[in-house]
Amino acid sequence: MRLLNAGPQTDILIGNDFMHRLIGLLGIVPAMVAMYATTSPAADIATAVRVIRAVENEGRGNKEAAVAWRELAKCQANDLPEILAACDGANPLAANYLRSAVETIAQRTLDAGGALPAADIEKFVFDTNHEPKARRLAFELLTKVDPRAPDRIIPRMINDPSVELRRDAVARLLETATKLLADDKVEQAGKDEARQVLTQALDGARDDDQVQAIKKQLEGIGQKVDLPSHFGFLLTWRFVAPFDNTDKKGLAIPYPPEKQLDVAAQYDGKEGQKIGWVEHTTNDDYGVVDLAKALGPFKGAVAYATTEFQSEKALPVEFRLGTPNSWKVWLNGDLIFAREEYHRGMNIDQYRMKGNLKAGKNVILVKICQNEQTEDWAQRWQFQFRVCDAVGTAVLSVDRAAKPVKPAASSGGA
Amino acid sequence: MKRHVVLLSFGLLTFCFLTGADWPQFRGADSSGVSADAGVPTTISDNIAWSVDLPGRGLSGPIVVGDKVFVTASSGYQQDRLHLLCFSSKTGKQLWERQFWATGRTLCHPKMCNATPTPASDGQRVFGFFSSNDVVCLDLDGNLQWMRGMTHDYPNASNSLGMSSSLLVAGETLIVPVENLSESFTAGLDPATGINRWKLDRPLLDNWTSPVVLRGKSTDDDLVVLQSGKGLTAIKPYTGFEAWRYDEPAQSIPSSATSGGVLYVPAKGLTALEPAAGGAPPRVLWQSNRLGPATPSPLVDGGRVYNINGSGVLACADAKTSQLLWQTRLQVQFGDKTSRGVFTSTPVAAGGHLYAFNEDGVALVVKTGATGEIVANHDFGETILCTPAIANDALFVRSDKHLWKIGK
Repeated sequence: MRLLNAGPQTDILIGNDFMHRLIGLLGIVPAMVAMYATTSPAADIATAVRVIRAVENEGRGNKEAAVAWRELAKCQANDLPEILAACDGANPLAANYLRSAVETIAQRTLDAGGALPAADIEKFVFDTNHEPKARRLAFELLTKVDPRAPDRIIPRMINDPSVELRRDAVARLLETATKLLADDKVEQAGKDEARQVLTQALDGARDDDQVQAIKKQLEGIGQKVDLPSHFGFLLTWRFVAPFDNTDKKGLAIPYPPEKQLDVAAQYDGKEGQKIGWVEHTTNDDYGVVDLAKALGPFKGAVAYATTEFQSEKALPVEFRLGTPNSWKVWLNGDLIFAREEYHRGMNIDQYRMKGNLKAGKNVILVKICQNEQTEDWAQRWQFQFRVCDAVGTAVLSVDRAAKPVKPAASSGGA
Repeated sequence: MKRHVVLLSFGLLTFCFLTGADWPQFRGADSSGVSADAGVPTTISDNIAWSVDLPGRGLSGPIVVGDKVFVTASSGYQQDRLHLLCFSSKTGKQLWERQFWATGRTLCHPKMCNATPTPASDGQRVFGFFSSNDVVCLDLDGNLQWMRGMTHDYPNASNSLGMSSSLLVAGETLIVPVENLSESFTAGLDPATGINRWKLDRPLLDNWTSPVVLRGKSTDDDLVVLQSGKGLTAIKPYTGFEAWRYDEPAQSIPSSATSGGVLYVPAKGLTALEPAAGGAPPRVLWQSNRLGPATPSPLVDGGRVYNINGSGVLACADAKTSQLLWQTRLQVQFGDKTSRGVFTSTPVAAGGHLYAFNEDGVALVVKTGATGEIVANHDFGETILCTPAIANDALFVRSDKHLWKIGK
């Protein structure tokens, strides 16, 4: 525990003579007032951080955190790396309290003509043990006082845990490649150099717009890009449908696949027919599984899709789903999340969920519900699903097959 | 009794902190969009006092408290960086900026962005609100007071098209609308701590409208009216207790307007409602299909109701009878270019003039007299979707990239 900004000492009165004391007091009181007005009382970073990190849902801990924040915001610029480091492992709300304290201290310091501890901040930026967002914040602080810092730092960030630092690094490589390929008559050596740069950029790229830009340039010089593998989309599924979703009641109904997953089983479908599991592999670059196309444009219907995922080891991952339909997702029989929302768009990474893969076989089950809307824009019954880490780096099943060759290798619909 | 004393005290405090010229929330203090300021310029091109750059994107309107203008923005590839900025209203100098990391979902329709809801202030604090359902509270000098992540707290509270409803300060409660298809509610927060006073389940429907305050005889009698596809619910802001309901479906994008104790509701075209006493449903004064608003909310000023439809036609009607008085197409010719424009921005009014901004970034000043004459226009050259603010005889409007002051 470290004390900082220690306030004025109270034992500086010396001498025994009353007048001496009085004179001393007359002199010291204004000085104390001035010191209290311009410096902070003793503040303990660790205590303030502990209180702030205790903020919870529904505003629990807010009152205490507000008091602690005021103390923390009195810290000096030299304390910034310690406060930035306090973001490590903090919940998202607490991290924002800490961020705001950092910004407040930095602005106050710079407005007063002070300096930020640039060397320590730069050291923090490069230390990947720290929270990536805090490192990005540190980078931005550093850039305020050292405009040349990006040229020094960003090229080293191509595989950084911070998505924003990584994005800047990818952008620089893209710019380099674009310049190399700008001349229509570029020589083979230039193309080779560009390919090398673009391949490095693709390794680092996690945002779809950058991946698309890289893919376009690579394909322009004859190199294919396996987008599903790059993103980690799951392509091969077994699905069974349709179960009943009349009046949107199906999301809440636990049909047999939720109770016991048996891909050899037959069930009573929504329209009285027997339905069973069928295998389907999508060849879509973004792993879109089009249920309406594969099964038929059922309305008021529920589909289940399942796939196996082999993991070398136990691993925390993110499951990222896109769908315009209502849905539920289970991992190894445990419900991860459920959501009821129909036809409000479909996007890559529309929903992000945390999950823990176990070593060996993992079973993913997805429930996708179509409603009964008749409008043209409400006909999509589809989903895309990928497994990745928190940065968006694909996590691939160890038995993942190569990307299928068009046309789609589907075994047909129900 | 004790609470009444507290409420009265808070009301007086709020009155002290908010001056008459402030514009502390979406469509101003009374959710009317009308300012009592008489000196707002009626031409724009020659009255631009200053403009400043803004980061990222933003559809939210500016608000003004004293000599400070507050604006929100959002940036980043994922729109997950939240900005709250404060400028001097006199000079445009940026006084401070604070950023936050979004804790909720940031996905929006491309036309929208995370910084779509308009912030609010109680005169002592400023509250930022975002589509990700993050609420931040700072004092007017930029010191953080508290933060809430409503989707962090209630994980299914979001809309894949984005959220746009704005905050409302009513009495001593901050009203936070989080209405959507999946986990729909409106919450009343203690402005000092951000802790829930109440949380009211709301219809599981898309809702991009903003709550409005219906002024009572005293602050303690004020009601907050929540609008949705199921109708209206009037609540007491401190407790969230229901005061009355109106069960006819209302629109999900334009918000109701209030004037003289009457509500003008985007329902069946436009419906004028007079609240009744004792919890009874409000009385329908009139309904007019000819006055149905598109995206902009209606505006009531000087006994007249104004509405911009989906074709960019401004209609003016008698607020008591709904009788149509005039219509004018809000179009401007710039050389070979005609800007008819589509309107997202809700118009505002002051000094007998209405200020409308179309999506092309063209401002039109309409003299709201006998005919609705367009007396001035200005092409800002950038998409404008926000609802402007009026304060201290000046107009404040923003695009994604700029904030302008029109006035002295």
